[in-house]
Amino acid sequence: MPLELLDSPDLDENKREGLWTLNFGPQHPATHTTLRLVLQLDGEMVIDAEPDIGFLHSGFEKLGEVLDFNQYVTIVDRMNYVSPMANEIAWHHAVEKLLGIELTPRCKYIRTIFAELMRLHDHLLCLGTCVLDLGGATAFMYAFNERETIYEICERASGQRFHTSYTRVGGLLYDVTDDWVKMVKDFVRNFPRVYRDFSGLVMKNRIFVERTRDVGVLSREEAIAGGATGPTARASGVARDLRRDEPYLAYDDFDFDVCASQGGDCYARFQVRMMEMLESVKIIEQAIDKLPQGPIFAGEAGKAGMPDKKEVYRSIEGLIHHFESVMPNRQMAGPKDSIYAATESPNGELGYYIVGDGSFRAYRARTRPPSVLHFALFSKLIRGCMLSDVAAVLGSINIIAAELDR
Amino acid sequence: MANETTDSKPSEIETVKSRLVELLPGVGLEWSEFRGQTRVVFASGELLRCLNAFKAAGFDQLTDLTAVDLLEYGNVDDRFEVVYCLLNVDSGLRLIAKMHLNEPDLTIPSATSVWFGADWLEREVYDMYGIVFAGHPNFKRLLLPDDFQSFPLRKDYPVKGRGERHNFPIVTRAES
Amino acid sequence: MATQINKQLGDNIFLTTLDAAASWGRANSLWPMPFATACCGIELMSTAASKHDLSRFGSEVMRFSPRQCDLMIVAGRVVMKMLPVLQRIWLQMPEPKWCISMGACACTGGVFDTYAVVQGIDRFMPVDVYVPGCPPRPEQLIRSILDLQDKIKSGGTVNAREFKLRILPEGPSRFDEDELIRIRERNGFKLDDQKYDPVH
Repeated sequence: MPLELLDSPDLDENKREGLWTLNFGPQHPATHTTLRLVLQLDGEMVIDAEPDIGFLHSGFEKLGEVLDFNQYVTIVDRMNYVSPMANEIAWHHAVEKLLGIELTPRCKYIRTIFAELMRLHDHLLCLGTCVLDLGGATAFMYAFNERETIYEICERASGQRFHTSYTRVGGLLYDVTDDWVKMVKDFVRNFPRVYRDFSGLVMKNRIFVERTRDVGVLSREEAIAGGATGPTARASGVARDLRRDEPYLAYDDFDFDVCASQGGDCYARFQVRMMEMLESVKIIEQAIDKLPQGPIFAGEAGKAGMPDKKEVYRSIEGLIHHFESVMPNRQMAGPKDSIYAATESPNGELGYYIVGDGSFRAYRARTRPPSVLHFALFSKLIRGCMLSDVAAVLGSINIIAAELDR
Repeated sequence: MANETTDSKPSEIETVKSRLVELLPGVGLEWSEFRGQTRVVFASGELLRCLNAFKAAGFDQLTDLTAVDLLEYGNVDDRFEVVYCLLNVDSGLRLIAKMHLNEPDLTIPSATSVWFGADWLEREVYDMYGIVFAGHPNFKRLLLPDDFQSFPLRKDYPVKGRGERHNFPIVTRAES
Repeated sequence: MATQINKQLGDNIFLTTLDAAASWGRANSLWPMPFATACCGIELMSTAASKHDLSRFGSEVMRFSPRQCDLMIVAGRVVMKMLPVLQRIWLQMPEPKWCISMGACACTGGVFDTYAVVQGIDRFMPVDVYVPGCPPRPEQLIRSILDLQDKIKSGGTVNAREFKLRILPEGPSRFDEDELIRIRERNGFKLDDQKYDPVH
């Protein structure tokens, strides 16, 4: 039955009886994590989809109100667990904007490198698992090989491979070593080869192309009114990238392109992600070559951030400073005001709306996750597609349940 | 568009301000600025008219919609604050619009007719704070189970809950 | 006759109990059902992917249908809305079955001591192996599967008698709010009903 016919109000009940309901999730491999879809089907065609979320709602925002700005970074990590450090950078970007802290150049560069590594991390997983859902296991293995290298880079810098908790207000947990710089350089040198293999496996795979082209089309108007951002919006022709339009960290210093497409379908979204990976490597290459020397913590007399660990263990001033920045009743005070600050996370605009009450803790720590607005568009995207396209559309907008539900 | 931040657009924001004053005669708009971010507080009675005016002034995307419970904030008269983060996609201009709300009447008109992206954001605000959006097409809880009684992000709700997380049947080895 | 068979077969005969044979078979072909909800699910993927390669240990056949699995790996936090689903999927798995609780959140609630997160799935369903870590490294998960294999080999029975003995819930007992109120009253705390909040 054509869609227009189903929309007409005078459709008689007999025809509607042919429809059937399918419950998709909350535990289904193509959902990657936990979300539920109630699909109305006419044969194999999806007439309507009602998403049901909240299967991973764990009270992140409530925790943001009881933990201080440095402590909450461990929780933020667990929000978009595909690219943990992107969340840390976004959270501390907002906190530093609230407190009015300007970072040191070295810190900015290291954070920029990590932000771009996380973009690769996210896009590799997004593409790899989506191809897995569409029936090809090889690309998944290639993607995870490269992700392991990124995990090692994270581990070398922070000591943890997954949830790094690496950023601090006004700085970073540790400075990076020369060893780490060499690792990143090796990674950058190797990546084009990996990219060639990976893109040959995915973007030139005929089955993949056939299953994603003209599926789940999002128009430019819908993308804007629905609040889509990031690769999802850029694939629909909204050429907006916060890295270029509202430069934060060190993005002003680098030469890179904003990748966009006019297609609006799943293939275009994957294409944008693929192209963005190359741009990310370009940024990392420039940043690692120009990595400035100097301190990683900002602030007058170092008040804004925690001191270097070497200082803490070797000098009394450092120990006092550490005490002052860690003890709850001695920390620096924040302003009694609110701020909205956003960064371009791999998935889209990841913003934090923080209300400060004059202490070193957020009175309200609202996350603006890209996934929520993208998933709200899902029922529009899937209408008129086949049941098997659900996996392709879900994969292309890269829904991360922990970020979706918080 | 390139290499411009919201922090360096004084002239554009002035144009928007005068345009909004033009569009909303007789509505009290209270402007403020913090770290280069422009905020406006408007009266709750004129919500839909204000939102339509914001859209007419070029803010075509609702970036975020949230609320704040000001119960323990100090020096404020109102209980709830509803925050609309707006964005002009072409110029990159941002505006944060706020309004205040008090118990017992926590009903405000829905913004879904202006930006349909408000759909889930409003349901989330209801889920967390209990603010009701009249005229919403599919109004129910978004994240928490339908039979959940409280609104967890209110300041009078404890972090660890009221025992809801312990309230399940136990499956033992023998019966499974 | 017997000596002739002996001569032909030589050392190729060994004797064992049916229980041990069944357990050996079960232990070396665990089919996991990845109940991946959050961060640990990504590490579970890493474990199955190229570098760590879970298939070296005979349990790479991830099946997403509970009917085909005998090992449930609960990877990630389980929240109020999800727990009934988890229990239902657990009940749908055929016997004999085992459960690995992967990560701090599944074991104890982890850093999420909030209103929505279940503080350890073992309060509401049986768990065989706990894997600490947030998230655990893939090596830890592989270790836990090896441990589970040892457990199955050492105590398994062919008709799963060992499960029938465990009729009590295996996790910590539920937090008794009334008991707390009684203790506080005994110690002279006057409780304001309006303000009193037993959990917070």
